[in-house]
Amino acid sequence: MDFTEEQLRRYSRHILLPEVGGKGQKKISQAKVFLVGAGGLGCPVGYYLAAAGVGRIGIIDNDTVEISNLQRQIAHNTKRIGMPKVISAKQTFEELNPDVEVVPYKDKLTTKNILDLIKDYDIVVDGSDNFSTRYMVNDACVMLKKPLVSGAILRFEGQVTTIIPEEGPCYRCLFEEPPPPGLVPSCQEAGVLGVLTGVIGSLQATEVLKIILGKGELLKGELIIYNALRMSFRKVKVPKNPDCPMCGSHPTIKELIDYEEYCSLQAH
Amino acid sequence: MQPDKRLNIKGEICPYTLVKSKLAMEDLDVGEVLEILLDYPEAINSIPKAMQNYGHTVLNVEKINDTDWVIIIRKEVKD
Repeated sequence: MDFTEEQLRRYSRHILLPEVGGKGQKKISQAKVFLVGAGGLGCPVGYYLAAAGVGRIGIIDNDTVEISNLQRQIAHNTKRIGMPKVISAKQTFEELNPDVEVVPYKDKLTTKNILDLIKDYDIVVDGSDNFSTRYMVNDACVMLKKPLVSGAILRFEGQVTTIIPEEGPCYRCLFEEPPPPGLVPSCQEAGVLGVLTGVIGSLQATEVLKIILGKGELLKGELIIYNALRMSFRKVKVPKNPDCPMCGSHPTIKELIDYEEYCSLQAH
Repeated sequence: MQPDKRLNIKGEICPYTLVKSKLAMEDLDVGEVLEILLDYPEAINSIPKAMQNYGHTVLNVEKINDTDWVIIIRKEVKD
């Protein structure tokens, strides 16, 4: 293992773990992870993955930093209001760890660009805040057989599941279709406890590292639900749906669906 | 006994004495032996203890002169 003296010190607490060691740390440094969103979840996921030394972190978000983000989006700060979130995230992560290359995409993730964007990454992390993106990311990951760590938050509750295409269920095995527009409120409407994003994002980052290392048990076929008010974790088993329209034995979805169009049409 | 690998970590302090020893062990196959040369007194206890926790066997801990020690470890478990 050819670590520099600085890397040896930076990653010493990882190297000492039998489950990581120098070999695991090398795997981490060679890993390429794509983050969907540089917001509440993308910030802590990216922060911990950068700290861990993940070699390349791609991150897509079309928004700029707003003051209302700063209650939870820990990669940004007050001076960066108005700056594209992906640029702010890149600065924060690379300042934390210069070993890490952060590739920012200030863009909207769409059915047109998603396959091309994620194809060169090993793992995808969904920290998006809307159902159209969530389903699109799931479908794209199933199509390309990319591991996906999906996280979601609202108010005081969050959930995480890990999708390993062909091995376990996909997001559509859990919930076949997105809910009708307006049924589930957004954080913007319903609020979110800022620190909740740290808990859920940290769980997602943990899953990513376990996938990279090939150690431990993943949340494959399981949904973990955290309630901050009750301070409880609940695990729910999610079986693979043999009739899943995406990953079942006779899939009906053959191309990516632009639900945003569908949702906005429904709303009007 | 002829070690399969020698590691000189004189001048290194904890916990990097252990970090470097562990990395050196990872390069060995099970059954092979590492000889560590060091001069940091606290590591004389901490390295053998940690190596045992990793599942390896401490074959010898020996003071060889006024400042230096040698620790000999046999790798017992795959990483």
